[in-house]
Amino acid sequence: MTPQLETINIPHLPNAPVHVALYRNVENSASLRQQLLAGNADFEYALIDASMVLSRQHAIAAIFRAVNDYSNNRLKSHNVHSEIVISFSPATNITESFRKFGITDSTKDLLVVKVSVSSEITHDSVAAHLESSVVATSVPFDDQSLSEISDITKIKKAYKLGALPSPGTKIDRAQTKAPTDDDVKRRLELSILGAIALRGS
Amino acid sequence: MATEYKPPALPSPFSNTKPPPILLTQGAEAHLYKTVSINPAIPAALKIRPSKPYRHPILDRKLTRQRIIQEARCMIKLVREGVKVPAVLAMDWEGQGGDEGGWGGAWLMMEWIEGPVVRVVLEKWEAWFKANRGTMDEAQITAAEAPVRALLRRIGAAIAALHKAGVVHGDLTTSNLMLRTSEWDQEDRAIEGEVVIIDFGLASQSVQDEDRAVDLYVLERAMGSTHPLSEPFFEELLVGYREGNKGAISTIRRLEDVRLRGRKRSMLG
Repeated sequence: MTPQLETINIPHLPNAPVHVALYRNVENSASLRQQLLAGNADFEYALIDASMVLSRQHAIAAIFRAVNDYSNNRLKSHNVHSEIVISFSPATNITESFRKFGITDSTKDLLVVKVSVSSEITHDSVAAHLESSVVATSVPFDDQSLSEISDITKIKKAYKLGALPSPGTKIDRAQTKAPTDDDVKRRLELSILGAIALRGS
Repeated sequence: MATEYKPPALPSPFSNTKPPPILLTQGAEAHLYKTVSINPAIPAALKIRPSKPYRHPILDRKLTRQRIIQEARCMIKLVREGVKVPAVLAMDWEGQGGDEGGWGGAWLMMEWIEGPVVRVVLEKWEAWFKANRGTMDEAQITAAEAPVRALLRRIGAAIAALHKAGVVHGDLTTSNLMLRTSEWDQEDRAIEGEVVIIDFGLASQSVQDEDRAVDLYVLERAMGSTHPLSEPFFEELLVGYREGNKGAISTIRRLEDVRLRGRKRSMLG
């Protein structure tokens, strides 16, 4: 089955279309990670543990930061794709960023990102390569899918936002002015965006 | 000879943005633009601190960087604490193109707040009130003043939340307070919407009564000069402030001192 690969034109970055695919029940995480470690150029992707992704906006903010750093020639890592993984992290430690946000041998849900940094990288070329390389179920890259995948507790811990309320928990509706679940999620999302923007300050 | 003002060229990546960001206001330290966020359907505010050509380039970068980071840290802290301020969506303090000859500025992309600033809302109300109070009896005047009193209470509560989170604004005026509402139009006298505090360019992290009292004092003075008819209700603001903040009593006591001596502390010991 052809994967559901979405090509996004992020505003302000017209020269770098971004291709994103979200997978569930990934069966070959270990071999994908092995290709990455071996430095196989064909497998130059940002491979992110999707349980660490709260929302579409969260992912795009990290991609935006990495591509902006790339176009200003100030990458902290080898290429824009490894930089995307780092950009998810609120901390500057590269190894730790990969450990927390990158693919592991046991990753079941995976977010794959590829930036068109050269004209050979197109929607079709990426879709074809992913189809032959990722053994998994492709799902749409949207908040609905992510809400079933994201591990809120782990995300809050990684961003040191443990004190914030979690979306999806029971709120006392009798209490006046209780925030809605959307409000709670939005506050968490915006706090994460702030942490991504401030990294390295 | 008068030449048309041209704002400085936009830094990357906004030099590529289609449609180009629209310049809204310009201060001594920054230019404010309206553009889109990282989602093309959602607008954003873009604050650009240009580099200052009269400063030494290394010092210039250092100051610009320090100030934009301080501003962003305050806002991000407030977002985490649930205080109503624009969220930081993205930023860049590194400058571009090297120390010499490059661009030493910085930018901050923020959540767009839809709605009027309190200054405009109060100006509309005061103009209307001035024109009509001659024909009103006492009960009508009380009814006309009620929404302004209620607004000042809400502002007081918003400032209490700000201070409780450990941030002082440094430049509270009615231009730095907004009412978030999608339904406001220019002719409206409605005073609806959630109070959102904006522009943290002079903000800092502090829990000192002195700093908090100066915040309140600066706003009181600003109201006295720009909204003379609303100023008598400043007491309502303090009521709202007290309700929202346990430490308010000592801050308000300090405000009495600040009123006597002004914003600057005496250097005479």
